[in-house]
Amino acid sequence: MNNFECPECGGGVAVGTAVLPGEILECPDCGVELEVISTHPLQLELAPEVAEDWGE
Amino acid sequence: MKIGILYSRIRVEEKLLIEAMERRGVDYELVDVRTAVLDLTCPAAWRRFDVILDRCVSHTAALACLQIWGAWGIPCVNTAQVVQACGSKLETTLALARAGVPSPRTQIAFSPESALDAIEQMGYPVVLKPAVGSWGRLLAKINDREAAEAILEHKATLGSYQHSVFYIQEYVDKPGRDIRSFVVGDETICAITRHSAHWITNTARGGRAENCPVTPEIDALSRAAATAVGGGIVAIDLLETADGRLLVNEVNHTMEFRNSIAPTGVDIPGRVVDFLMKWTVSSER
Repeated sequence: MNNFECPECGGGVAVGTAVLPGEILECPDCGVELEVISTHPLQLELAPEVAEDWGE
Repeated sequence: MKIGILYSRIRVEEKLLIEAMERRGVDYELVDVRTAVLDLTCPAAWRRFDVILDRCVSHTAALACLQIWGAWGIPCVNTAQVVQACGSKLETTLALARAGVPSPRTQIAFSPESALDAIEQMGYPVVLKPAVGSWGRLLAKINDREAAEAILEHKATLGSYQHSVFYIQEYVDKPGRDIRSFVVGDETICAITRHSAHWITNTARGGRAENCPVTPEIDALSRAAATAVGGGIVAIDLLETADGRLLVNEVNHTMEFRNSIAPTGVDIPGRVVDFLMKWTVSSER
């Protein structure tokens, strides 16, 4: 488990070792969505906003 | 064999699919649509894939990729044709109507004035939907003329050009639930009911999932709807009418299934991967 600082609120985000690039995590403090950009080194950024054409 | 997985977000579903592939010893590669570059004159690099599974949440980008790969003869699940048919509610409804699959009455209009005429003719309540969209977003149940006028004005003023196509659907007074069935190839593998006190029952909007036995009627209608849009791996949304009929409401081409595995007891990601493996074998013959 790695700890990462939320780029939005500065809170701590625990990141498991099995995460994949592209995975979305939620900051437990502020609720913002974070995207795993890379795992080596671990890098998280604010996830893109949902676009109008997104869906299933 | 090598499976490509086109994605833009790794959700629970993609992780479950990856786990299913790893359990089966299938070679796979993740393709992030945001970093993919396709040279239209050089398909060779993409021929490393026996089949590409579309799991992309971005309809527009996925459709373009699938059109290109399809033109190159690279097998895709689902095909561009299926994604196009499912990604637009207008095209879905057309495909269902063409195949004689029952769906709620739908009218299309192109101005707020003609949309209001169509709504008044259909009778309240009606449902106004964006032609492209999912997860229950931007749906409006319109109960009276005042609400219709307000929503149509908002769409005309604030909406993108796509909102100038008004998709107006009969409101089906369903019994606090709808049915979602999962079709893989030519089989309805399972179904759930989605319960909600809200008229929008999507699990993405908080609907609660329970197992729904696949009756012969659900099976036949689900497979007919899947065939109508071109087949493949799709999830069908069914509405029950007050007089006991089933109507196909939507067909989803990159189905979410995280909440449906436990209630149905069906290994949905495993069935998807099994289908990909069989499908690839048959395409190589």
